[in-house]
Amino acid sequence: MASVKFRDIEKKYGEVSVLKGINLDIKDHEFVVVVGPSGCGKSTLLRMLAGLEEITDGEMLIDSLLVNHLSPSEREIAMVFQDYALYPHMTVEENMSFALRLRKTNKTEIADRVKEAANILKLNKFLKRTPKALSGGQRQRVAIGRAIVRKPKVFLFDEPLSNLDAKLREEMRVEIAKLQQSLNATIIYVTHDQVEAMTLASRIVVMNHGNIQQIGAPIEVYRKPANIFVAGFIGSPTMNFIKGKLKNIDGRLVFENSYMNFFIPSYLLNQSDGVEDRDVVIGIRPDDISLENKNAKHYTKQIDAVLEVSELLGHRENLYFKVGDIKILASVNVFSNKSPGSKVPLYFNYTNMHIFDAKDEKRISTIKLV
Amino acid sequence: MMKDKKIKNKAQAARHRKERLKYVLIHICIILFAFICVYPLLRIFSVSIRPGDRVISTDLSLWPSGATFISYVKLLKNTNFLIWLWNSLVITVSTSFIGVSLASTAAYAFSRFKFPGKKTGLILLLSSQMIPAGMLILPLFLMIMKLGLMNSYLGMIIAYSVSALPFSIWILKGYYDTIPRSLEEAALVDGTSYPGSFWHIILPLSTPALSIAFLFNFTMAWNEYLIARVVLFGSKQYTWTLGIFELQGQYITQWGMFAAGSMLVTIPVLIVFLYSSKWLISGLTLGGVKG
Repeated sequence: MASVKFRDIEKKYGEVSVLKGINLDIKDHEFVVVVGPSGCGKSTLLRMLAGLEEITDGEMLIDSLLVNHLSPSEREIAMVFQDYALYPHMTVEENMSFALRLRKTNKTEIADRVKEAANILKLNKFLKRTPKALSGGQRQRVAIGRAIVRKPKVFLFDEPLSNLDAKLREEMRVEIAKLQQSLNATIIYVTHDQVEAMTLASRIVVMNHGNIQQIGAPIEVYRKPANIFVAGFIGSPTMNFIKGKLKNIDGRLVFENSYMNFFIPSYLLNQSDGVEDRDVVIGIRPDDISLENKNAKHYTKQIDAVLEVSELLGHRENLYFKVGDIKILASVNVFSNKSPGSKVPLYFNYTNMHIFDAKDEKRISTIKLV
Repeated sequence: MMKDKKIKNKAQAARHRKERLKYVLIHICIILFAFICVYPLLRIFSVSIRPGDRVISTDLSLWPSGATFISYVKLLKNTNFLIWLWNSLVITVSTSFIGVSLASTAAYAFSRFKFPGKKTGLILLLSSQMIPAGMLILPLFLMIMKLGLMNSYLGMIIAYSVSALPFSIWILKGYYDTIPRSLEEAALVDGTSYPGSFWHIILPLSTPALSIAFLFNFTMAWNEYLIARVVLFGSKQYTWTLGIFELQGQYITQWGMFAAGSMLVTIPVLIVFLYSSKWLISGLTLGGVKG
């Protein structure tokens, strides 16, 4: 296994800049998930590391070895593709052993390694079948098996689960997590699904528009989003964003817009930071909105909202409110039994509230961990 | 209740009758057209086995009275037919292999790589197919003469392989375009080079298109007459298409042997068609990637 370093990596297609100076260090045995919306450059980054795309500028190092000009085969990486990319004319066994056969590994070792991988992935029964005769989940397992038998320095996963249906995706997600535990490998995993990122990663890299937005442990990215993009991308349902202005009223910092106002506790943002009269965006997750005033100390004062739609999900209920023109989603675990159109008081939890600068969209509030 | 059932049965029976009628009509059409295709062949066969004195007769029976294979024996014994057949075979098989290997690699470049002149090249290839073969005779003749390859296998092979190339390239390029790139990328990551991924992945998956291209090259070269007419001279160098006309004299044409020769030359084509049909399987790339 190995470490991977990206140094000022840039990628341009003609005039279009796809990656704009990526710097990232991935440690040995780390499971890094690169997450971002489609077109953010995450797959390109992975393909550049695999050697399938040329690097416009910057350096890529695998185990301190500069790999910029090495062919894919010389980089000792294995890749699992989004569309599986199994060789249709080969059996499962031949697919998995292809790389080893190319390298003229001796036959008993090939057989042992294929058997071992097949055992891990429960593919023993299917070794003689062609990909055509397999289900989607089995095909994806073969694709993973093909990577495992190589014993590469780094595993690359390019949205491996996005072609599977929801149930299978969940199963495979757990299997990949287990696999990581047993292989203890360096894995770089690209996805647009933030749930996969949250559940699998030891570190998440959030990307947008060819830039890294934030790097951190899943919980860190969730609890301390660096900017509005990360806050909106990570977490489901999506965070509510409310535009407004910070005011100094009677020596207290107050958030205000046409429809609501509440004071901002000093542990979130201090007046001495020179934030008065600044345009800001308040970020509050649907889970952090309460319909009852539990603990006045950590909650805003009452905000009057009108219920528009409620969705009962079984264990939770999603409530879509409107406060003036502002749409707010609250997710509560108690069945509210409110009918659409009714007035409901809302209370925002300060401890999980974020304040972003409206201009540069960066978080300016601190986090109080209670 | 009973009435309902009766009506239902009646409707079902009517539907069955309609289906059956359709089935019968379709088969009548198929049999008719098959007969139109096969009849000339049967006639030639019947001419080839007629005894010498009855070659030109108005008898329409497929198995003539006094049927004999004497025309075949005479053809093989008294003429250069076997030499012509051999010449044809050497030229045709070489043309097919050379043509397909040139086309398969050229098509790969057209399908996978970006290079200046790619679009123009493809259009030029296509437009070369619009020029009637007769017009190409003179330039081909001059080229082969300048190369000093008149009256040689090599001259014929070059002339034939290049004339079938544009069509083969288009067929193969179209097929390669349907093979997902990720398969080659997977092979590259697995340790092949570009030529390696072409050899290990693209070629095995393209057997249907390759066999079509092979068949096209084969039948084209096997049946070609015009180019052979200008490049080859001397009975020993002839392909069967030229040779068979040696049987046609100014005063007498040996129709029995002519027919026998025509029958014999269909055999290699038949064998190649039957053999290649097993490669013409659709859905070869199925299951490789999520479609």
